[in-house]
Amino acid sequence: MIHGVLAVAMVALSAWAVATFPRSVLVFLLFQGSLLFTYLARIPAWLRGALFAVALLVLMPVIGYYNGYYLEVATQVGIFVALALGLNIVVGLAGLLDLGYVAFFAVGAYTWAIFGSPQANLIFGGGAFPLAPGWFYPFLLVGLLVAAGTGLLLGLPVLRLHGDYLAIVTLGFGEVIRVLANNLDKPINITNGPKGITPIVRPPMPFGLPTSEAFYFLVLVIVAVVIVVNRRLEDSHIGRAWEAIREDQLAAQAMGVPLVRAKLLAFACGASFAGVMGVVFSAKQVFINPESFTFLESIGVLAMVILGGMGSIPGAVIGATVVTVLNLQVLKGLSLWLNELKNAGVTVLGYSLTDLPTQLEPAKYERMIFGVILILMMIFRPQGIFPVRRRARELER
Amino acid sequence: MDYPLLVGIFPQVLLDGIILGFMYALIALGYTMVYGVLEFINFAHSEIFIVGAFVGVEILLSLKGAGLLETLPWPLVLVLILVAGMAGSAALAVSVERIAYRPLRAAPRLIPLISAIGVSFFLQDLIRLVESVWRNAFNLVYPTMDVLNERFELTSTLDVSVKSLVVIVAALLMLWALHAIVNRTKVGTAIRAVAEDQAAASLMGINVNRIISLTFLIGGAMGGAAGVLFGVQYGLINPYSGFIPGLKAFTAAVLGGIGNIPGAMVGGIVLGLLEAFAASYLSLLTGGAFGAEYKDIFAFSVLILILIFRPKGLLGEVVRERA
Repeated sequence: MIHGVLAVAMVALSAWAVATFPRSVLVFLLFQGSLLFTYLARIPAWLRGALFAVALLVLMPVIGYYNGYYLEVATQVGIFVALALGLNIVVGLAGLLDLGYVAFFAVGAYTWAIFGSPQANLIFGGGAFPLAPGWFYPFLLVGLLVAAGTGLLLGLPVLRLHGDYLAIVTLGFGEVIRVLANNLDKPINITNGPKGITPIVRPPMPFGLPTSEAFYFLVLVIVAVVIVVNRRLEDSHIGRAWEAIREDQLAAQAMGVPLVRAKLLAFACGASFAGVMGVVFSAKQVFINPESFTFLESIGVLAMVILGGMGSIPGAVIGATVVTVLNLQVLKGLSLWLNELKNAGVTVLGYSLTDLPTQLEPAKYERMIFGVILILMMIFRPQGIFPVRRRARELER
Repeated sequence: MDYPLLVGIFPQVLLDGIILGFMYALIALGYTMVYGVLEFINFAHSEIFIVGAFVGVEILLSLKGAGLLETLPWPLVLVLILVAGMAGSAALAVSVERIAYRPLRAAPRLIPLISAIGVSFFLQDLIRLVESVWRNAFNLVYPTMDVLNERFELTSTLDVSVKSLVVIVAALLMLWALHAIVNRTKVGTAIRAVAEDQAAASLMGINVNRIISLTFLIGGAMGGAAGVLFGVQYGLINPYSGFIPGLKAFTAAVLGGIGNIPGAMVGGIVLGLLEAFAASYLSLLTGGAFGAEYKDIFAFSVLILILIFRPKGLLGEVVRERA
């Protein structure tokens, strides 16, 4: 009872606070914190569902109306939640460490970027491209299939490798995709090289929604679908097969799990989520280049999965949210704050902040954040913040 | 096709490949020694390597600041930065093992690997942070010494600079020293024993933890030496420039047979040669359609092919799956 009242009060209060102080990062973090509390509080399922629905479907767009950047953050969070859930299948359920996951995201993004921009004319000749904006929706499926196909292609030769070798090879594969994207502007111009592709056509906005709101809802819908699919997969025949492989490959094989097929399916499933989000990402950004698909991004997504807890769906969602917010808001906020202090000439303990080196920018240290997350989680809590019960038991020593 | 040109550049490419190969061999030793003892990919070794380069550049820059760079004899300066780089990297490698790997030794195999990736990322930004605070710059250039840039013309198409000779001589010395330590000393026997069977080694009175630390120390020192040589040879370093050479050195270790010390040396040189030839000949052979920018892909393709068709590498023994 008290939890319910508290949750409602927190969501309402923080939403009001965000509307009143639309520029304050701290207040927006409070809003996110109230959602986390709602998730954790001991309240009836209907109340939790209702609070989430109100917060995500009504409050968030309204907040976005006051401060567009927050909507951008929420959309980014959504994209990374879907990526983390996809990687969660590969790493968390099937136990295959994929260090080149962002390659599938890139494949999806380039699929729409090439056909949704004049770029395709350079490949096929003529002037039939860009495709009409309506083609975006079928291309969600195309992106899914292309990414899944790439996953199969990668999986076929490498799945015989065990654990750490697989990790390194997927890393190499991710780099190969990036180098290809960087250099396939000749002999035939497919990706336009490091200059990237622009302008990419955006989909028609349903109900006359403004662009950023439309993308927010689109991402929200996809994330919802991804979560449902994940839930169903987890309890399905194939999900159990994946977990069996993760726990003990030999025993799983002895129980009749077709190893290669199950692993390939894990790769393809994980890849397909990334492919769909890639299509959305390229349309949202209007411009993509290989810089968006580096090893850093792969490790970022891995850090999200590890932080939340491998194999745990709520873990992946929360991990993705925390890491994205940390990157987009906390580090950037810290940078801005430091700059303000510097410009104001504040002195701390006799040290004038105007003397701070100009190269010192907290916003640039996301690797450090990822690194600290990975090391600390591995040493102190390898099962993650929101572990699955079975996984936690497996890691007990 | 321009055959005289193809033949003409051959000796130069061969030399460049050998230099690159020695660099890879030195780095690969760090991967392979740790893998031999712990069956674990020390992902952070690429940063341990680049830390050596940073220690070297810091010493050179402070010598230059004190005006000593021109007055001190250059071999002394070289030995100084090599030793300092080796010490720095070795100390870092040992502490990384203590902090981030040792608590995880009993955990499932992927756990320490993920921790190692974390260490790698953390160290990259830590170097950047330190250099940003200290110098307000993190892309550093090795101060040149005029002697090192002198070139000997061996033939009309082949010349070699003093620094390349330094790299080759230093690398050869290191490899010889390592070979002697591992095969001729008591400590080396202990390292090989631990790699063979930890439990049995500890029953024979070997302090396994100390030997593991020592393995990281030696591997780190080799990496640090490679880092200094890398800086001397190529000049420009930044906190992230260890990553790709590290990955390639790992490829070299796998190519030679991971866990196998002579294998790492052979693998390094083979990979260096392959890469140098790919970089210079790919563009010529394909009429400019594919150029040197594909050399990284080349290395990774080698890695994937080796792992699929000959996972034990050129000289290696069969890799066992740990139960």
